[in-house]
Amino acid sequence: MRRLLISIPYLWLLILFLVPFGIVLKIALSDVALSIPPYTPQLDLSEGWTGFRAFWAELDLENFWFLTEDDLYWKAYLSSLKIALIATFLTLLVGFPIAYGMANAPDHWRPTLMLLIILPFWTSFLIRVYAWIGILSNEGFLNQFLIWTGIIAEPAKILNTDIAVYIGIVYTYLPFMVLPIYATLEKLDGTLLEAAEDLGCTRIQAFWSVTAPLSKPGIIAGCFLVFIPALGEFVIPSLLGGSDTLMIGKVLWEEFFSNRDWPVASAVAVILLLILVVPIILFQRNEQKQREAEQ
Amino acid sequence: MPSDHASGFAPWEDADATPLISFDGVTKRFGAFTAIDNIDLKIYPREFFALLGPSGCGKTTLMRMLGGFEDVTEGTITIDGQNMAGIPANKRAVNMMFQSYALFPHLSVADNIAFGLKRSDMPKSEIQGRVDEMLRLVQLQKFAKRKPHQISGGQRQRVALARALAKAPKLLLLDEPLGALDKKLRQETQFELMDIQEKTGTTFVIVTHDQEEAMTVASRIAVMDNGLLKQVDTPDRVYETPNSVYVADFIGDVNIITGRAAEVGEKTQLIWAEGATPITGMTGSRVAQGEPASFVIRPEKVSINKTEPEAANKVQGKVIDIAYLGNMSTYHVALPDGTIVKSQTANNRRIARRDITWEDQVWLSWTDTAGLVLRD
Repeated sequence: MRRLLISIPYLWLLILFLVPFGIVLKIALSDVALSIPPYTPQLDLSEGWTGFRAFWAELDLENFWFLTEDDLYWKAYLSSLKIALIATFLTLLVGFPIAYGMANAPDHWRPTLMLLIILPFWTSFLIRVYAWIGILSNEGFLNQFLIWTGIIAEPAKILNTDIAVYIGIVYTYLPFMVLPIYATLEKLDGTLLEAAEDLGCTRIQAFWSVTAPLSKPGIIAGCFLVFIPALGEFVIPSLLGGSDTLMIGKVLWEEFFSNRDWPVASAVAVILLLILVVPIILFQRNEQKQREAEQ
Repeated sequence: MPSDHASGFAPWEDADATPLISFDGVTKRFGAFTAIDNIDLKIYPREFFALLGPSGCGKTTLMRMLGGFEDVTEGTITIDGQNMAGIPANKRAVNMMFQSYALFPHLSVADNIAFGLKRSDMPKSEIQGRVDEMLRLVQLQKFAKRKPHQISGGQRQRVALARALAKAPKLLLLDEPLGALDKKLRQETQFELMDIQEKTGTTFVIVTHDQEEAMTVASRIAVMDNGLLKQVDTPDRVYETPNSVYVADFIGDVNIITGRAAEVGEKTQLIWAEGATPITGMTGSRVAQGEPASFVIRPEKVSINKTEPEAANKVQGKVIDIAYLGNMSTYHVALPDGTIVKSQTANNRRIARRDITWEDQVWLSWTDTAGLVLRD
């Protein structure tokens, strides 16, 4: 019975993660072809063992080599990393004060504030990103407002730039930053701050020497929760970003649907996954350490 | 009791002594609720002063005002001659040991102790020496590198004490310092606290609801109720000569017999029941002839006998309950009018040889100086 229970998540992972990954990897090792599906070789099980060997012999790492030859790909990876890192940092800058404010709000306010943080999830992500087009475009609300206040005379180009991508990512992933930080700040024992003040700290010193280090697990969790999806983000850069906004998610989409080069697209996806595995492992280590510290 | 107390440490009796702390007409209100009601109090250097009272009596608020965590609504608090109004916690030569210890979980024991020193004007080179000295004081040298969650509750309590003492404050505030420890450890730690207080010469103010703890450690006790100081006195005087029924009842076990005062002099007679011989006791504060009053007497001062003894006060009754506590037994005796009087005697004989048992008619007796007549 116990084994059965334990096997459920593993079975889930096997069917919904490992098997699809195996298929993607197989396609990445194939060659593009004008057929349905658009790659070769196809595994023909009717020929039995010899069919399998023929299939196996035709798999190669050519597509991975191709990724290193064309500088588009590594530039897209680097650019994605850069955008994801900057966006994560910006989300932290916006998210921490929100979480801090929530944790210090009167008890009866907290459920409402929490609801306000989660509320955007009730609308489709795609619709919310489209809404930003209306806000950020040259004739959008933001430009109208800025011109009305007299800060700028001419509409500024915000939409279709990296800035719009950052705004989109910060907006979309903010709750993933706020909630883990709020969870750690809320658990923070207020007498620790009193103790710090008692021992000679000003309020600000107490924040940096007590609150900040103790909210580190929440900050790390929040950063990973934003960084990991932001790295492979496709919708936000393609809707809000410009033609020169290079992100690997966009490249992946173009390879699949514009070029119909499934093998190269799969190779891009495999490399992206490998890049993501590193922060995911680091994230889990952080969680593990935190759990150990709590025991 | 601290040895300096035993050797005649009593600055509160010396009119010329300068107090370290004085409260002058201090009132604290939270909205409409008055937590501290017009308190005057002086605490002297090197004292081990206990604030004792039930929860919600204002003792913690009084301490937090000393620490700088609460403002004073009215009146002034002076520490070492300086008016504390508007001075925040981090600018006071006062440190506090928190009830929850409030140790920083991300810092090692040594770093916790060094926390305050690093933010003082102590040169960096001296900090390590001071930390070592504090670790030695609380005997935790071996645990310097551990994190708070890696040591026991008793050790955490000592780290909290060392951290609060590291900056050599003029005044150390202890908020229920032993509340989280089990009884045996608590008793050991009480003596350790007194020892450390004597070694460092720091003035300690301790908040506790445990009267035994207050009696053990303190040079003086302030018994509080509803934001008022009911009595401020040495432990023996608070126990032997309480100034009110409330204090008598709060400190230790007590028998209370209500009646009317008669023949008030050095001693007072209390008329307590129709046809019964009046009880004679010492005259307490504010007792007036003919006014309602209560006679209070500690159970250990009431003797119990099967035969009529020779004594100034004696009453007859029936044993209705016996509480066997091991080293002593408490007999609950019902007097003819229904009043229950407790008598406590040491069990210096084995229980099998005890001659008083349930339903026995017994005589309770006490001298005319054993109890006190107090105004209700």
